[in-house]
Amino acid sequence: MSILVKPDTKFLVQGITGGFGGRHAQLSLDYGSQLVAGVTPGKGGQMFADTVPVFDSVAEAMAETGATASAIFVPPPFAADAILEGAAAGLDLVVCITEGIPVRDMISVKDALKDSSTILLGPNCPGVVTPGDGKDSSGGCRIGIAPGYIHKKGNIGVVSRSGTLTYEAVWQLTSRGVGQSTCVGIGGDPVPGMTHLDVLKLFNDDPETTGIIMIGEIGGTAEEEAAAWAKTHCTKPIAGFIAGATAPPGRRMGHAGAIVSGGKGTAEAKQDAFREAGIGVAETPSEMADTLLKMM
Amino acid sequence: MNLHEYQAKQLMESHGVKVPAGEPATNIDEAKAAIAKLFDGGNARVVVKSQIHAGGRGKGTFKDGFQGGVHLADSVEDATAKAEAMLGNVLVTKQTGEAGKQVNRLLITSAEEIKSEFYVAVLLDRALGKPIVMASAEGGMDIEEVAEKSPEKIIKEVIDPALGLQPHQGRKVAIALGLRGRLIGQTARLLQALYKTWHECDGSMLEINPLALIVNEDGTEAVVALDAKMSIDDNSLFRHPDIVAMRDISEEDPLEVEAAGHDLNYIKLDGNIACLVNGAGLAMATMDAIKHYGGDPANFLDVGGGATKAQVKAAFEIIVGDPNVQAILVNIFGGIMNCNTIAEGIVAAVKETHLTLPLVVRLEGNNVDAGRATLAASGLTLITADSLAEGAEKSVAAVK
Repeated sequence: MSILVKPDTKFLVQGITGGFGGRHAQLSLDYGSQLVAGVTPGKGGQMFADTVPVFDSVAEAMAETGATASAIFVPPPFAADAILEGAAAGLDLVVCITEGIPVRDMISVKDALKDSSTILLGPNCPGVVTPGDGKDSSGGCRIGIAPGYIHKKGNIGVVSRSGTLTYEAVWQLTSRGVGQSTCVGIGGDPVPGMTHLDVLKLFNDDPETTGIIMIGEIGGTAEEEAAAWAKTHCTKPIAGFIAGATAPPGRRMGHAGAIVSGGKGTAEAKQDAFREAGIGVAETPSEMADTLLKMM
Repeated sequence: MNLHEYQAKQLMESHGVKVPAGEPATNIDEAKAAIAKLFDGGNARVVVKSQIHAGGRGKGTFKDGFQGGVHLADSVEDATAKAEAMLGNVLVTKQTGEAGKQVNRLLITSAEEIKSEFYVAVLLDRALGKPIVMASAEGGMDIEEVAEKSPEKIIKEVIDPALGLQPHQGRKVAIALGLRGRLIGQTARLLQALYKTWHECDGSMLEINPLALIVNEDGTEAVVALDAKMSIDDNSLFRHPDIVAMRDISEEDPLEVEAAGHDLNYIKLDGNIACLVNGAGLAMATMDAIKHYGGDPANFLDVGGGATKAQVKAAFEIIVGDPNVQAILVNIFGGIMNCNTIAEGIVAAVKETHLTLPLVVRLEGNNVDAGRATLAASGLTLITADSLAEGAEKSVAAVK
């Protein structure tokens, strides 16, 4: 098992005819993932990489190919609409890679999706990978922009707000011969779809996941909420790392959501919440995997 | 993006928020005109306010010893003298740091007779993913201090994003602030207009401290926004050319402005170890690791996932533009990017910028062996590291 996506999950790419979307769609095909359709309004009928049909709408693409998930690569002014289209069409999972969506748009999207069965991952996230059992973990499901080859099929769940820190953690695990069940990037924006807590709950219920790495950063209180839940409910060992201990207050550190404001969202508060919940805290990002492995 | 007080008030006024009469001035002639207009209009007193992107202006001190960045004046001569003392002078407040900020603009407004002061703000509640109005009867105070010492004094009203702030919610806040009679409805309308400003301008934060209950000349009372602090969501700027035109580059760090021109995410800090990293999370973690080993990071710098050779070169130039920098730590996790391409970019950039500072490089990921070979064959005196921790440790040792 795994969470969110399995190696046979069929998915589509919204914005497949753009440079960024097309490049990563090709990398997903190379990884052996079941990318079955592209969507670009007005370009229906074209083919991507000679094998993937492009449709005018998500609904058409789903009806013709059976896709149940999507990756969004459309530019920021149109991304909120793309998420809502995916939800309206009834996708199980929408993964929004786009960085730079206005917060006001995401407030509206989050409100509109509150009674929807569609799960939103992101925006401003690297996506999700469930490694496969081929060479360099190929044959798995890669939705987004993560490098596929760094993964290895196994039993550790990884959840993070940061792309490159996720890759660091995954690489550390793989280099030690330890594989991953699913790696989930929830993104660096202040109003995200899935939170650390949502992903932790899925890992806790997944029989194949035996340990979890949870990576957070300054800003907001999502890590604290996840830790409070984990303290009484999570049955699996968790190791964590919080980035941004040296960030000056009031400055956005690259990610729109990485900001300490009004004394809230400090790395110290999050590390304390982790320790209080029995989550192992890696002192440097080089020790994320070892911190977890020592606990297992 | 941060706005000046007078710019925030212009946006608020255009959305129906009551603010004191006044005008901005960038030179003494404009200041004189604004002062004359207010006194001619029947005002007995005016306020001359420094416009800089930092709080604590009233209690600040100018570098030449002149006290206070906000002054009351009761005559044209008095107001003009104070405007002259402030314009072009450097103001140091608790938020500017020791260097202070040069006052290039003033706001001259009517002075009101204040009966009481409140705090109100519109902002995002991240845990809820919804906007809220936050208010307190402790106006003029530091809201963080109020929240810490007496959280029960903070009023919060959650806004339904589909509906906006409703009149009954505005009245609820007004009543909680202790306002009565016709002031209840007036304050509710002001709060609705404030929310509308925040919403339509894509505000990140809109703070009024103080919102004041004033007494008019005819003895009636009114609620007015005396001060305003507003920041705009950078992601929304593509749809606000009018707000982009308000940007005051002189308030920003020149190196940060230059970096933004190259699509680089750079934030200057006070330390002496510069870092160049791909990815925001990894860049923060790199700074943390430097600190962990006893050093001080000189900057945050995220070159992004697809940095070009030209960007890497620009990044090195910006880094060495900071005179405090004594060593550089490059930390790259080549996920999709080929480490060898990155290594070639680094070598070229170092040669072209004639870099002489100690340079620690940690490369990991795709085709890393070729990348390390390229660095080794470059003839440059590089310090290499296999892990981020090792890189941080070696960069700290290099400045000791």
